Amino acid sequence: MPNTLEIRDLHVSVGDGADDLTEILKGVDLTVSSGETHAIMGPNGSGKSTLAYSIAGHPKYTVTSGEILLDGADVLAMTVDERARAGLFLAMQYPVEVPGVSVSNFLRTAATAMRGEAPKLRTWVKEVNGAMAALDMDKAFAERSLNEGFSGGEKKRHEILQLELLRPKIAILDETDSGLDVDALRVVSEGVNRVRETGIGTLLITHYTRILRYIKPDFVHVFFDGRIAESGGPELADHLEAEGYTRFGVNETASA
Amino acid sequence: MTLIDDRPHSHGAGSTGSPAERFTSRNPEDFAQPSGRDEDWRFTPIRALRPLFEAFEPTTRITGDVEAPDEVSWSILPRSDERVGRASQPADRVSALAWAGAPQAFVLQIPAGAQIAAPVLVHGTVEPGQAYEHMVIEAGAGSRATVVVDYAGAATVAENVEIIVGDGAALTFVSLQDWALGAVHLSAHDACLGRDATLKHVVVNLGGELVRLSTTVRYDAPGGQVELLGVSFAGPKQHFESRLYIDHSMPQCASNVLYKNALLGDTSRTVWIGDVRIRPAATGTNTYEMNRNLLLSPGARADSVPNLEIETGEIAGAGHASATGRFDDLQLFYLQSRGIDAEQAQRLVIRGFFADVVARIGLPDLQQRIMTAIEARLGFAAAEPELETTS
Ligand SMILES: Nc1ncnc2c1ncn2[C@@H]1O[C@H](COP(=O)(O)OP(=O)(O)O)[C@@H](O)[C@H]1O
Ligand SMILES: [Mg+2]
Repeated sequence: MPNTLEIRDLHVSVGDGADDLTEILKGVDLTVSSGETHAIMGPNGSGKSTLAYSIAGHPKYTVTSGEILLDGADVLAMTVDERARAGLFLAMQYPVEVPGVSVSNFLRTAATAMRGEAPKLRTWVKEVNGAMAALDMDKAFAERSLNEGFSGGEKKRHEILQLELLRPKIAILDETDSGLDVDALRVVSEGVNRVRETGIGTLLITHYTRILRYIKPDFVHVFFDGRIAESGGPELADHLEAEGYTRFGVNETASA
Repeated sequence: MTLIDDRPHSHGAGSTGSPAERFTSRNPEDFAQPSGRDEDWRFTPIRALRPLFEAFEPTTRITGDVEAPDEVSWSILPRSDERVGRASQPADRVSALAWAGAPQAFVLQIPAGAQIAAPVLVHGTVEPGQAYEHMVIEAGAGSRATVVVDYAGAATVAENVEIIVGDGAALTFVSLQDWALGAVHLSAHDACLGRDATLKHVVVNLGGELVRLSTTVRYDAPGGQVELLGVSFAGPKQHFESRLYIDHSMPQCASNVLYKNALLGDTSRTVWIGDVRIRPAATGTNTYEMNRNLLLSPGARADSVPNLEIETGEIAGAGHASATGRFDDLQLFYLQSRGIDAEQAQRLVIRGFFADVVARIGLPDLQQRIMTAIEARLGFAAAEPELETTS
């Protein structure tokens, strides 16, 4: 069954108290369905991560109005873990360190939660080792403490490893390309493409166009000042590559 | 863990006010009545301890059930026996009263050269009342053994424990306070290390109303190494206090301290004092102390006071750190964003918090017992066995 994530007129604020809220997202409308890849491109501070985190249910952000629906179900009424189990996955720009929890224990706990039962040990070991090898990750990685002391590249590989193992319906990738050298970018992009080929919907958030050489979007949206300012096909990315974000009054290039 | 307090202290700064030289005496009258203003007692709820500050007639005693191979000998001896009193140097009034008042001593000896793989288990239980206790654990020269003493029941106990590690011996000693509600336990552990001796000293506080355990380490010869580990889980109305004094007086000795406390409930309380002294003769000393506290409730309070006095420039290393923090929302968010429910996520974070110190204990059954006990206290279902690794 194809799946659809619908975001309707989403307004999101950040801040500590009710009086001290700053509006970051100012009415976002976006629909992502199975088999589609949407690229969201925008300058720093335009609210891309805020959108990603709001979909995942990050405690720092408050949705003040609007809707997020997954196959018609109200995502905003779900807890963070319910959203994940419903089929949403966020590869984070800044994965969080959890000292003392090994990657292998974490992955198996997460897979057990997502699949509703513990995967059979023998096939699980094969599955994890295979996925790690495909991402050029050393086996010893599994015994390390979750995200602790990981290099930027290791963190991103580990996020995509989870994407492969947890099999979401809709994946949101927040600046998965940042901090990666060319080789790592290729390996990570291939991982994303393997998952895309299974037919999931993908929301690819990026500041720069270079990842789009590996992951071809069907739709490109330019994000600016908390909303989508322009939408189009892949050719929109080419415009940004050439012109940067100057058209939106920001002196940032999109081609680094 | 979100840090609310991270304090690496400057070395040699007398931050506790603990005097570098300890006053010790076996005569209780040499110690004044403790008051809340005394450096030694200011973190302790002394009101509840008043009855312990005067000599009392014991009304109960700990009875021990010992599981040990035949080569290990143990006996109840009069305090006057020559095997008793070689290490104890009472440093406070309660310890001196216990020394004077203990009717007898439990003495457990690992013979010289014995290599004992399975842990020697001493299960202590007590009927309600007041008790003075004295225990001697001696590891003969070149021996290797693990001794686990666990305490159950509820009573008021003042105790001295002597831990004597002979030349070249390696002893792991675990004191597991699994007391029932209402127990009050004040204990002074005095450890002496011979030449090239190794001691792993582990304190686990799970049960009881008030446990104050003062551990003193002395080196009788060069080459001694001590690892001091502590795990406490303090719930509502529990006070767990650990007071360490490591007296480096000999060359080429080492001490390594890791104490971790988790606190749940607004009236839970832990205290950690880590005094390390490096005397002029203690060249080549290597010492490190770390205390971490995880506050699981807003009103929980953890005091942490490391203190290092360095009297020689020729040391190999000296450091300490102390950090107190709360549950980290972002850690829970990350775990939950992978489908793991809130309870399981908290369990992972707490397991992770204790993982390094529990692993260093090196006794799988005990490690599992500790984690199961902690998770039960958190209201979680029985712990699953540790998940297999993927490699
Ligand atoms: N805690 C906060 N308080 C106030 N403003 C914040 C907070 N966190 C983020 N912001 C602001 O929100 C805006 C959007 O941030 P973000 O979503 O991270 O942008 P992007 O991912 O596009 O770079 C930025 O202007 C940032 O400064
Ligand atoms: Mg961002």
